[in-house]
Amino acid sequence: MVSYRTPLARARGLGSAKHGSGHWVAERVTSIALVPLSLWAVCSGLTLTRVGYQGAAAWAHSPLNAVLSILLLAVGFKHLEGGIRVVIEDYMHVPMTRNVALLANLFVCTLVGALAIFCILKVAFGAAAIPA
Amino acid sequence: MSNAAPAPRGPADRPTSPHLQVWRWHITMATSILHRATGIALYFGALVLAGWAVALAMGPDAFALYRAALASPLGQLVLFGLTACLFYHLANGIRHLVWDAGRGFDPKGADMSGAAAIAFGLVAAVAIWIVAIFQGGAG
Repeated sequence: MVSYRTPLARARGLGSAKHGSGHWVAERVTSIALVPLSLWAVCSGLTLTRVGYQGAAAWAHSPLNAVLSILLLAVGFKHLEGGIRVVIEDYMHVPMTRNVALLANLFVCTLVGALAIFCILKVAFGAAAIPA
Repeated sequence: MSNAAPAPRGPADRPTSPHLQVWRWHITMATSILHRATGIALYFGALVLAGWAVALAMGPDAFALYRAALASPLGQLVLFGLTACLFYHLANGIRHLVWDAGRGFDPKGADMSGAAAIAFGLVAAVAIWIVAIFQGGAG
């Protein structure tokens, strides 16, 4: 069938949105940062198995532990969001459910990450316990 | 047209990668699938980690409860599984970074690095847990 639209007009808007490489690079950069951070987390986990609440609170009071925990949570949840995003994009094809899943993924990662970082800061700065 | 054309096939009809039905299983395929599976498992692991931070901020009672849950047989099983997932995803992630640098694409090298990543995940997880048990108490 003959189309009066030029090949360029048909191709426009179908290809790269000019930010695909940004996502690819972000996934690699966060993965490189997570190599030392996750190894540190495992070592910290070994230390923390030996102590109770007081020991864990004292652990979080250390600036090094607080900063590295916050970095682990921030970089980890960013990497997680990017990874699960790719899985959703690969396997969910219905636009509505796919967009809902992508949004839920983004919101859960951001919310839980922010909450966990707040909790680490709260303990690090030595405030009183949140009433349960 | 006189002949009935076959119904148009939309994207939903096309097979999605990986083609589990048509491909023979091999180790590079298994490592790729495992990378995704462990990544999804680590989503749950991140929630467990965040839960720990929340319990710590909530005070001694909540923290003791959370610690007891992690120290239960089920909690320990989950934590061991997450340790293995973390170490495998870490090793295979480094393998991906090497590929990104344009190296390690030869079939034999890819097979060997894949076997090494799986072995590292299991051995490192077992080693860490032996250390944890020997130093007394986990959870």
